[in-house]
Amino acid sequence: MAEPILFVLMALGSLTGAVTVVAARNPVYSAMGLLGTLFSVAVLYVLQLAHFVAAVQVIVYAGAVLTLFLFVIMLIGVDTSEGWDEKLPYQRAFVGGLAGLIALFAGALTLFGNFDWVPAATNTNPDATNGTIQAIAEPMFTDWVLAFEATALLLTIAAAGAIALAHYRSGQA
Amino acid sequence: MIVAAAWYMALAAALFLIGAFGLLLRRNALVMFMCIELMLNAVNLTLISAGRALNDLNGQVAVFFILVVAAAEVVVGLAIIVAIFRRRATTSVDDLSELRG
Repeated sequence: MAEPILFVLMALGSLTGAVTVVAARNPVYSAMGLLGTLFSVAVLYVLQLAHFVAAVQVIVYAGAVLTLFLFVIMLIGVDTSEGWDEKLPYQRAFVGGLAGLIALFAGALTLFGNFDWVPAATNTNPDATNGTIQAIAEPMFTDWVLAFEATALLLTIAAAGAIALAHYRSGQA
Repeated sequence: MIVAAAWYMALAAALFLIGAFGLLLRRNALVMFMCIELMLNAVNLTLISAGRALNDLNGQVAVFFILVVAAAEVVVGLAIIVAIFRRRATTSVDDLSELRG
């Protein structure tokens, strides 16, 4: 009985955070909205037994990424001067049309769609998705070990690139 | 009692759309970047719920890799934003029109 209640609470929390990200004029409020969304999504991960991913979500996203965001906001100053006037022609009309199209599509899908999108699970053991560290590590270090090593390379390149960008001076090429 | 995967999918779709419209409507590069993170999180949520519906752990492994790539992306993206700010003293993407033909 706990899952529906928590789902509704966390869905409301994540949607509120998401709307805050988009609507807040102060980027710090946007970052706080993002924090709310990230935490709510982490709780939704726990509800779906993805314990390890939820922990990583809180540590990496809420811990590292959001701190980086706030750090950069403080570094370049809180800019609230952004107005809602649009310089690009037709951008507003395009976004409005897109929203209408998506609403139409979602309505049609709800009315006429076939929601049996899961073709019947081949693995019938519901414990298979209990995402403990041990359970996650097993496919990660067997089937996906190449991808794992590639992410190590990617992180090294990203760190080196960030340092190179920080040392960049105009005119120095 | 468990919540059907379709509800998680609907929530993820709503989060993705909010992020996408934020990306289209806002001009502050930092806020646009946060909207991208929002969309990434929505996709992660679909992967987790699909993995649970299919009793397949690989969905969670994919989400782990997406988290790593997103962290690398944030590092480089924020470095670029800071570099642009040092050069142009603005983070509004409307003012960055040097590549305009």
